[in-house]
Amino acid sequence: MTDITKTDVLIVGAGPVGLFAVFELGLFDMKCHLIDILDRPGGQCAELYPEKPIYDIPGWPSISAQGLVDKLLEQIAPFKPDFTYNRMVSSLEKLEDGSFRVTTDENEVFEAKVVVIAAGGGSFQPKRPPIPGIEPYEGKSVFYSVRRMEDFRGHDLVIVGGGDSALDWTLNLQPVAKSVTLVHRRPEFRAAPDSVNKMYAMQEMKQLDFQVGQVTGLTGADGQLSSAVIKGPDGDVEVPCTRMLPFFGLTMKLGPIAEWGLNLHENLIPVDTEKFQTSVPGIFAVGDINWYPGKLKLILSGFHEVALMAQAAKRIISPGERIVFQYTTSSTSLQKKLGVVD
Amino acid sequence: MTKLTFIAHDGTQFDMDAENGSTVMENAIRNAVPGIEAECGGACACATCHVYVDEAWTAQVGEPEAMEEDMLDFAYDVQPNSRLSCQIKVRDALDGLVVRVPARQG
Repeated sequence: MTDITKTDVLIVGAGPVGLFAVFELGLFDMKCHLIDILDRPGGQCAELYPEKPIYDIPGWPSISAQGLVDKLLEQIAPFKPDFTYNRMVSSLEKLEDGSFRVTTDENEVFEAKVVVIAAGGGSFQPKRPPIPGIEPYEGKSVFYSVRRMEDFRGHDLVIVGGGDSALDWTLNLQPVAKSVTLVHRRPEFRAAPDSVNKMYAMQEMKQLDFQVGQVTGLTGADGQLSSAVIKGPDGDVEVPCTRMLPFFGLTMKLGPIAEWGLNLHENLIPVDTEKFQTSVPGIFAVGDINWYPGKLKLILSGFHEVALMAQAAKRIISPGERIVFQYTTSSTSLQKKLGVVD
Repeated sequence: MTKLTFIAHDGTQFDMDAENGSTVMENAIRNAVPGIEAECGGACACATCHVYVDEAWTAQVGEPEAMEEDMLDFAYDVQPNSRLSCQIKVRDALDGLVVRVPARQG
């Protein structure tokens, strides 16, 4: 029997809006657990543009996206949220007592009375490279991540990309694979210079091959690759290839949320503007993933949404309890929760 | 106002007046040019506003900076005249600029 993690509120997505939800829910004594597919908090702010300034966070004339994430983490620290990273929420079912059971892609099980979907543009997933006819090979001889290095032993491996993932796996799998060909569009890399130097040194010793170009074709049968065609500056080259690892970055997809039985509107989740609740009572959607008339995909709109959502969530978690509206500036009880007074 | 023309992958031509200082991508979105997705909203953090600059304009438009060149690694069928349209600022010198939309974004 799998262990079940119980919490008051399960938040899907640890971007800025998911993080601030912890604060608003925490003020009402609700304990939160966040699940995110990335390996750290921050969502798009951390993954897409950590160093870019944001100019429309009230009170911050300019703050970097990572700076905002750091400040939010500091702000929610008193509520001690739990985080589970590198996981995608795969299924959600409603239990007889009205709570929800949520299962991740690694089969961890969570139960919560309230689920808040703060999944932004959806879950980050590896981007399919622009190689025609790649689909039948995916999961059989084309992989977007390395789960076990042994899976590549004795194979003619082609790694495509110029970032850290591509270079790291080129270096790490070289001793295991039969041959390694690294393919990148240009001779400049985004990866750490040290890895690039090591790669060139290994090429020098003929331990691997680096080809400048783009993969334009694949041959093979029944999902098993046999070779790849690389279009380079001097024309096409065909290289033996029985395993391929393309690293073309991440894209956002709605993913399994689409199968949770919620009403959808062009891949967004419609909510009311009083509670930000979805078509299923007890499941809320906040931030970029929700839709309502006049919706703006702004972080500040998401912050407003979570404040109202928290009131509705409290009514579900503590039915019958009177909800007292208080200001953090003047309420001693809220200040105690924030740890700023004894 | 600066004249700007997008040629969609199916050949449809979109002519527009663009404000100086705006990005070529913003004008595509404002005029609903098909094939320009601009997933990240112009932060040079995706490669879904990829365009081919018409050969007659490549010198005027100029070369991508290092960060844009990095992002172009994620684009489909990158050519020497490939640019991310969010990184091209409309200016007087680009009056009449023509860009083509690729078959797909990523």
